[in-house]
Amino acid sequence: MLLFDDFKSWKKHCETTQEPLFQPVMTYEIQQKGRTETEIWDGMLRAYTVMREAVQTGLTEDMTSRSGMVNNGGKKVFNSPVTILSPEFKKLISRALAAKEVNSCMGRIVAAPTAGASGILPGVLVTLQELHDLPDRKILEGLLVSAGIALIVERNASLAGAVGGCQAETGSAAAMGSGAVVYCLGGNIDQVFSAVAITLQCMLGLVCDPVAGLVEVPCIVRNASAAAIAYSSAQIALAGVPTVIPVDECVMAMGEIGESMETRYKETAMGGLAATPTGQQIAKRVLIQDIEVLPDEMS
Amino acid sequence: MAERSSIFDMIGPVMIGPSSSHTAGVVRIARAAIHILGHIPESATITFYNSFARTYEGHGSDRAIIAGLLDFPTDDVRIKNSFDHAVQQGLQYTFKSVGNASTMHPNTIKLELKYQDQEVEVIGVSKGGGVINIAEINGFTANISANLYTIIITAEDVKGTIAFMADVISNDDCNIATMSVSRKGKNDIACHFIEMDSGIREITLAYLRSLRWVQNILYIPPVV
Ligand code: SF4
Repeated sequence: MLLFDDFKSWKKHCETTQEPLFQPVMTYEIQQKGRTETEIWDGMLRAYTVMREAVQTGLTEDMTSRSGMVNNGGKKVFNSPVTILSPEFKKLISRALAAKEVNSCMGRIVAAPTAGASGILPGVLVTLQELHDLPDRKILEGLLVSAGIALIVERNASLAGAVGGCQAETGSAAAMGSGAVVYCLGGNIDQVFSAVAITLQCMLGLVCDPVAGLVEVPCIVRNASAAAIAYSSAQIALAGVPTVIPVDECVMAMGEIGESMETRYKETAMGGLAATPTGQQIAKRVLIQDIEVLPDEMS
Repeated sequence: MAERSSIFDMIGPVMIGPSSSHTAGVVRIARAAIHILGHIPESATITFYNSFARTYEGHGSDRAIIAGLLDFPTDDVRIKNSFDHAVQQGLQYTFKSVGNASTMHPNTIKLELKYQDQEVEVIGVSKGGGVINIAEINGFTANISANLYTIIITAEDVKGTIAFMADVISNDDCNIATMSVSRKGKNDIACHFIEMDSGIREITLAYLRSLRWVQNILYIPPVV
C-alpha cells in the first residue's frame, strides 16, 4: 500500500495501477484508519459543506473580532465597486478572506490543514466549482488529492506555523488547493504535481508573525494571497510549464528553511509584523494585563 | 515510528476558533467538569493560568469554557454566543487570571463549580489539538484524558480494594486502559481513577456502588 512518503511513489503507483490520484488516498485511509469508503466520502462532503457555509457566513454575517483587527474585510471586497482584474478574481479573494474571518470570529471552519489557513481551500474550491460548473463529486476527489499532498508535506516538512513558519500553513494549503484545481480540471499527474511544486516555490520562506499572537493579522490577508498563488500556479502548470525543481525537492527545501528559521518567526509573536511598534501596541491593548502574579516557588 | 496521520487531520477537524488548544480543548475540560459535578452549574469561577492568563480573551477561550459548561460540543456554532446562552440558562461566572504558576503547565484552567449544595474543583490542561488532561479533581491527582470511559470511585482505603474492583470490571468484559489511586493521607479516603476502552453496564456500576466501603462512583463516557 502507498504510504504517502513522497510524490514520486504516488506517481509511480498511479502509473502502474492506472488508478486516479485520489484512489490511493482513499485506500490509505481505509487501511490505516479502518474507515469505510462511505465514511470517507461522507466525511469529505461534510468538510466541503462546512467550507461552503464558512464562505457564506463570512460574506453575510457580521465579522468583527474581539481585537478590532477584523472588520468585515471579505464583504468589503465582495461589494467593492472597483474590479481590478476580473469579477471572478474579486470573488476568489473575498471568499478566502470571508472564510478565514469566520475562523477569527469564533465561527465554524475546517482546519485544512490548519485553522490559520482555513480560508484558502474554501476560496479556491467554491470558486472553481462555480466557474467550471463541476459536480460535488469532482470537488470531493480534489479534496482527497489535497489530503494526499498534505500527508507528504507533513511527513517531509511540516504543516504547523510553530514548527515551519507560515510557509508550512498557508504555503501547504495553497499547494493543496493548486493541486486540487489542476486535478479537477483534468490535468495529468505531472501537471498536478507541478502545480504543487510551483506553489511551494512561491510560498517558501514565509515566516509566522501573528500580531498579538492572534490568528488575524497577517493571517487573513495571507489566505487571500495564498488562494491567488494557488490559481496562478495552476494556470502555469496546466499549460505544461515544467517546475524544474521536482516537487519532492521543493518540499525538502521547505523543510530545510523551516528548520533554520529562528523561533521568533514561529508563532511566538516576537518577530516580524508582531514586533513592529504598532504590532506591539496592539498586543498591549488586546492581551489581558490584569494578572495576579504568583511569587516564584521556593524549592 | 509515530502513528500515521488520518486524511481527516489534513482536511479537518471541523472546528471553532483559531486554535484547538484554546477552543476545543477548553470546551472538553469544561464538559468533563460538568460530568463530575453531575449538572450544568449555577455558578462558576474560572481561573486561567500562565500563557492562558493573557490570551484567553483574544483566542475566545472564555466563550469556549462557558460553552463547555453549558454542555455544547466542540464544533457547536453556539460557542460564539455562549455568554448570551449562559444568561438564558442562569449560569453565573467570574474569570480570573493567574501568571507565573510555576507548578502548572502553560495552558491550565481551574474550574470551581457549584450546583445547589454540590461543589467541585477541577484542574484541566489543554495540551494542543483538542487533547486534554484532567489533572486534579477536588484535590486528588487524576490524570485522565476524558477520551475513554472513565469511572471515578471514592472509597475508604481498605486493603485489596484495587484488585477487587479491577476484577469486577474485567468480568464485565471491559478492558482497563489506565488505573490510578490518589490519597490525601494514609488510611484516608482514596480516589480511584479507572479508564476503560468500552462502556460498563449499569448493573455493574450499581453493584460497585452497593459495596460497603464505596462512598461514591462517577461514570464519565468519552467527552467530545
Ligand atoms: S502567520 Fe502564523 S498564525 Fe498566521 S496563518 Fe501564518 S502560520 Fe498561521
